[in-house]
Amino acid sequence: MPNTTQPSVGLFVTCLVDLFRPNVGFSAVKLLEDAGCRVSVPAAQTCCGQPAFNSGDRADARAIAEGVIKAFEPFDYVVAPSGSCAGMMKSHYGELFRGDASWASRVGAFTAKTYELVSFLTDVLGIAEVDARFPGTVTYHDSCSGLRELGIQKQPRKLLGSVEGLTIAEMQDPDVCCGFGGTFCVKYPDISNAIVERKTADIETTGAKTLLAGDLGCLMNMAGKLKREGSHVEVRHVAEVLAGMADGPAIGEKR
Amino acid sequence: MHLTSPQFKSNVDHALHDAQLQKALGNVRAGFIDKRAKAAAALPEFEALRDNARDIKDHTLAHLDLYLEAYEKRVTESGGHVHFAETAKDACAIISSICKSVGAKTVTKGKSMIAEEIGLNDFLEADGLTTVETDLGEYIIQLRHEGPSHIIAPAVHLNKEQVEADFRRVHKDLPGDRDLSEPASLLSEARAVLREKFLAADVGITGANFLIAETGTSVIVTNEGNGDLTQILPKVHIVIASVEKITPTLNDASQILRLLARSATGQDMSVYTTFSTGPRRPGDVDGPEQYHVVILDNGRSSMLGTEFEDMLRCIRCGACMNHCPIYHSVGGHAYGWVYPGPMGAVLTPTLVGVDKSGHLPNASTFCGRCESVCPMRIPLPKMMRHWREREFERNLSPATVRWGLSVWSFFARRPKLYQFSTGLAMRALGAFGRAKGRFSFLPLAGGWTKYRDFPAPEGATFQQQWKAKRGAA
Repeated sequence: MPNTTQPSVGLFVTCLVDLFRPNVGFSAVKLLEDAGCRVSVPAAQTCCGQPAFNSGDRADARAIAEGVIKAFEPFDYVVAPSGSCAGMMKSHYGELFRGDASWASRVGAFTAKTYELVSFLTDVLGIAEVDARFPGTVTYHDSCSGLRELGIQKQPRKLLGSVEGLTIAEMQDPDVCCGFGGTFCVKYPDISNAIVERKTADIETTGAKTLLAGDLGCLMNMAGKLKREGSHVEVRHVAEVLAGMADGPAIGEKR
Repeated sequence: MHLTSPQFKSNVDHALHDAQLQKALGNVRAGFIDKRAKAAAALPEFEALRDNARDIKDHTLAHLDLYLEAYEKRVTESGGHVHFAETAKDACAIISSICKSVGAKTVTKGKSMIAEEIGLNDFLEADGLTTVETDLGEYIIQLRHEGPSHIIAPAVHLNKEQVEADFRRVHKDLPGDRDLSEPASLLSEARAVLREKFLAADVGITGANFLIAETGTSVIVTNEGNGDLTQILPKVHIVIASVEKITPTLNDASQILRLLARSATGQDMSVYTTFSTGPRRPGDVDGPEQYHVVILDNGRSSMLGTEFEDMLRCIRCGACMNHCPIYHSVGGHAYGWVYPGPMGAVLTPTLVGVDKSGHLPNASTFCGRCESVCPMRIPLPKMMRHWREREFERNLSPATVRWGLSVWSFFARRPKLYQFSTGLAMRALGAFGRAKGRFSFLPLAGGWTKYRDFPAPEGATFQQQWKAKRGAA
């Protein structure tokens, strides 16, 4: 018998976590279950539709959004370990369905119950600390969508502050874009590279041995650049550290 | 200004390899951002002012016809003349004919982005007039035959050594031992040269930050005082401004002024804020004998009522480009026309066509920093996305992008097929990448691996692992 007082959470895994770093998804599941949630992972999910939306292809973005909304209707909350995907679903789905009365209430209910993982843990569930240990100095990059669309800035720092042994060394301009930008990084690789070069220099200056952020796209971009530069900084998703599941290989490290 | 937006990618390549430019762009990152942040933080009502300013402009745009009529009436009552110009060419022709009517030979100019937009200097020079830019930055780029690289700091792409070299090249009577190594000495030299030009000018042309309907007043803000000398000393003052500069009342303009300098340079107010109403009146100690206002449309009215209308709230403070990682990387000239940065990425497609400037709204990470500092709360990323939609609808997006997107969408809309295929692909990619944990080259991902390694996937997807552990949901 499921405990009906527990909030039911549908985990939106995100396409990048699903394909490249499942450990982030399992970290999210652990954090949510430790916080007293019943977690389900609907099989009928792929992507939030942001690549189509940001490429001007509204028809495909809308079709994908319809699938997401339907798949997550049974749950009290939708939680994603990404500010970018959560921002797409929470802040932009409304625009895709504007003027369509037949969808208005479903879209409204969906956007209202959708959250980024760390924001959900702190802002909705009121979690102030986690039971995890990660000795060493980390630096935290604020991914743009989470920061500016969802107001995620203090929340991850607050939870990281409760991790045993962890110290945060802030980089210069943690709120400045890393140059990923979804398809931007392959459409304009030269500009993207100029931006990420400034970012990796700021990361190195902190002396931190680990870089954390809440979005796998940004993390893969920064990890890819750091590795190409021969850096020893390890790169992980913030959820892996908060869940105490950061003992495996870091992003881009051999397994 | 010659349009090079279609060659955006080669402009970018050039900019990224220009060491002088890259050094100068460091000044943009260091010079504007903290000052704006401090100025905004020091004013408790700053955020409320942004809301107000947005509402003032939205109201004005909804009643633009009425306010334009009211403005014209007031200007006429105060003895001035209003000319409406539908196109850039119309505006140039009007200004040229005013200059000819008074037999003008020399024209001084205050800084005006609209003059850049309509190519006024070239037009007037072709008509035999001498035009002299009097804003220091504009003066420098005029000497170099360049366009502005920033809407409030036109020569921000240059370092002081380059300016010194230009002055020594053009100011032939400069003694070789004159010290021009510091910005202050460069400014003194420009002042000395410009003083003669101010006194010789027959016509002075300025832009306007506001055209106030209530009083028929044009307003300019400057830090050098050059605008005042430009408009007070010659016989004729011509204001060139675009339709959306209309502001209903003095009070409205005053509210927006409290945002303008803070957002632009972090100043509470610019050094000079000059209000001009009509020509010299009997008893005035100075001022022009004629006062003309040329109001330019140039496609702006076609933005009204569309998804691009919000762009007409722009007050040209430059905060968006000051905070833009793309602008920080490539500077203003790479955008290939008059208006760079995020505001240019939205406005340029309106003015020159998205078919010629399609790169501009695409060259954005949508980081949203521009919108977060825009005093007028213009949703710049959203409007860049609207341009991408127009491009997609018109089949202007590159074929490779469309093909990739359609393949991806086909799978993304079919979860079972998607999970089956990605499951196979990730297992293969994971197996190949296992030894090193990353790829330094991947087929079809050259844009990525040119500069970065590509982190290898773990192997099995999350969905596969979840099913194995917990069973199907």
